Amino acid sequence: MTAEFGLAALWFAATLAVLQIALSGLALRRGRDDVAAAMRPVAIVQGALVALAMAALIACFLASDMSVALVAANSHSAKPWLYKFAGAWGNHEGSMLLWVTILGLAGAAVAQFERRLPERTLIATLGAQAAIALGFYAFLLFASNPFARADPAPADGAGLNPLLQDPGLAFHPPTLYAGYVGLSVAFSFAVGALLTRDVGPVFARAMRPWVLGAWVFLTLGITAGSYWAYYELGWGGWWFWDPTENASLMPWLAATALLHSVSVLATRDGLRAWTIMLAVVAFSMSMIGTFLVRSGILTSVHAFAVDPTRGSFILALLVIYIGGALALFGARVGTVRQGNLFDPLSREGALVVNNLLLSVILGVVLIGTFYPIVAGAMGVQLSVGAPFFDKTVGPLALLLVAVMAAGPLMRWRRDEVGAVIERLQWPIAAALFASVGVFVLGGWIGVLPTAGIGLAAGLAVASVAPLAKRNLRRAPLTLWGMVVAHLGVAVSLAGMAASSAFTTERLAAVYVGDPVRVAGFTVTLDGVRPVIGDNWTALEARLSVREGEDAPFVLRPQVRYFTTPVTTTNESAIATLAGGQLYTVLGALGDDGRWQLRLWWKPFVTLIWLGGAMIAAGGALSIVGHQRRGWMKRRRRAEMEWYA
Amino acid sequence: MRKFVLALALIAAPVMAQRPPAALAYTQLPDPAQEAEARALMATLRCLVCQGQSIADSDADMAGDMRALVRQRIAGGERPDEVRQWLIARYGDYVTFDPPVGGTTWPLWVAPIVLLGLGMLVARASFRRR
Repeated sequence: MTAEFGLAALWFAATLAVLQIALSGLALRRGRDDVAAAMRPVAIVQGALVALAMAALIACFLASDMSVALVAANSHSAKPWLYKFAGAWGNHEGSMLLWVTILGLAGAAVAQFERRLPERTLIATLGAQAAIALGFYAFLLFASNPFARADPAPADGAGLNPLLQDPGLAFHPPTLYAGYVGLSVAFSFAVGALLTRDVGPVFARAMRPWVLGAWVFLTLGITAGSYWAYYELGWGGWWFWDPTENASLMPWLAATALLHSVSVLATRDGLRAWTIMLAVVAFSMSMIGTFLVRSGILTSVHAFAVDPTRGSFILALLVIYIGGALALFGARVGTVRQGNLFDPLSREGALVVNNLLLSVILGVVLIGTFYPIVAGAMGVQLSVGAPFFDKTVGPLALLLVAVMAAGPLMRWRRDEVGAVIERLQWPIAAALFASVGVFVLGGWIGVLPTAGIGLAAGLAVASVAPLAKRNLRRAPLTLWGMVVAHLGVAVSLAGMAASSAFTTERLAAVYVGDPVRVAGFTVTLDGVRPVIGDNWTALEARLSVREGEDAPFVLRPQVRYFTTPVTTTNESAIATLAGGQLYTVLGALGDDGRWQLRLWWKPFVTLIWLGGAMIAAGGALSIVGHQRRGWMKRRRRAEMEWYA
Repeated sequence: MRKFVLALALIAAPVMAQRPPAALAYTQLPDPAQEAEARALMATLRCLVCQGQSIADSDADMAGDMRALVRQRIAGGERPDEVRQWLIARYGDYVTFDPPVGGTTWPLWVAPIVLLGLGMLVARASFRRR
């Protein structure tokens, strides 16, 4: 019954999306106020219905209802509770349902909370949001029904990919999707504003919290995914330039550009057309990413099922939505005034350069990701990976960091070269000091890591500089948000550069009792024993680690064997210490009775994810700051009216 | 106790089934400079049977064999680039994540410069002349 209930809720939600589009058209064309009044409730109910469908699917997974084909194919009754719950989106249909759930909830949130947008633009926005939702409801109902029954029902399920059986599955997909799909709001805002020809600072101030919110979730989702890959895959890598990773990075780059250009539009009424364009591009990147991951043209842990009809369905949706939005943009861009022009040497000028560099990086990642796919379709087999992106994106990103250090120290409107250099003297000194210091202490580690460490130091100093000589308690929250986020980039960059340059690797085959040295640590294999979990068995090594004269501590890496489906996973054991992480993996037993051990000392590697969390926290502070400012303004106005 | 026996039985099967990895698949070269070269090269070579992983971070048997091969050749005095060329000759461009500049890949390498140029033109339009 639960499955049928979920399917019915999904159909009702799709029907309401049709109604929402029709209402929006009526309200805009005929100016019917009664119709307009229905928009918000319809959008909210649509969101509630699709959320109910998601809840029904989760209930099916929790109950291990093997008569539901999706549960039978992707779950198993012996799985721990958490993975039954999160396993609901650990498959193609379920993850697409989560996708539209967030789409529906985002539309409902706009209907419930958005009060600043002019009424007509809001109606057009909700219409656009429903139009996107409708296409993806159709995709679920006609090409990816998560509630289909299996007849006869199997005795038990085939199980979930053990790589996904990790607490990360409960956190990473929902946060990533909240960001990924949350960008649909920016897209719908842009389409709405183009339809009503109402682009200006008011529109920008209304859009900003939605963009920031999606961006915070996207940042958290990417950071969490990176850490998950780091500890789960057992080789200590944290970013692989894998197409699925790029699929999440591209919307993030566009959203980062967008939230900076939206600030320019809100405060200086410039970059109008460009901001609209970026809003369209950001969610287009989310949809392209969905196509990349869900169409089956890639094989990866993220791409669950290969089915060409699904690929063509999503491709058709892409063409309709992106093509439609771009056509609308092309038709209306002439009516959007360009807005104010800027002096190159000014805060706005720096933000334009920020947008330029982010867009170029986005273009390079897009081309690098699709090049092998397109070449493959034409019969040329080639691979594009980390070396290409390091050589192209690396320098551009470092340039961006330099601009990022200078931008917030420039004045709006117009600035003087001499004054800017004077304000930048401490950051420049810090950058030089750090680069030279690294060279003196650590030797030559290559251009990018040396420049990375130097720029990280410079950016760290520059990003807190706007707080200098200010009363910290009275500094606005939005300023704190920027400071924390930019400082987070510096922290993350320092972690990336230092860990890539100074990681020590030790691969060893050892007998029980043999000590191995890695960096300053002595690691001894005390023994290997079998352990048993809910749905796996494992070999677990006991490693005692001693650093100098300190008391030893114990790490227990495992090799896990799953039977449904038959898979082996490495469970690394990681010690987080003050200076970095000691990463240990247990390998196979050799014929001579020696165990393989893989050991890494990764100095400062934790900074990468700490920085990611800081970036997200900065975004959150900024949202609170903007909301509070708006609230204070409204309260002051209410008080003045009262006195009058 | 029964649990323990069950665990042993389940564990024994996969361990027995594993074939011993090639020497140097999971062992470093004694010379740190050579090992660093081999390591840098491995990070840019594709594991041909994996899902987009490099041979430097894959548990697949084939990745292990390729790591052993890279280390042997580097230890034998070959330059990393020669090893890469040898692998390309054998497996095609697909094996390297660093696509060589050539007839089918030049647009890829030119793209960043073209994009930067286009971007600068677009950005200039939003600036006022001084």
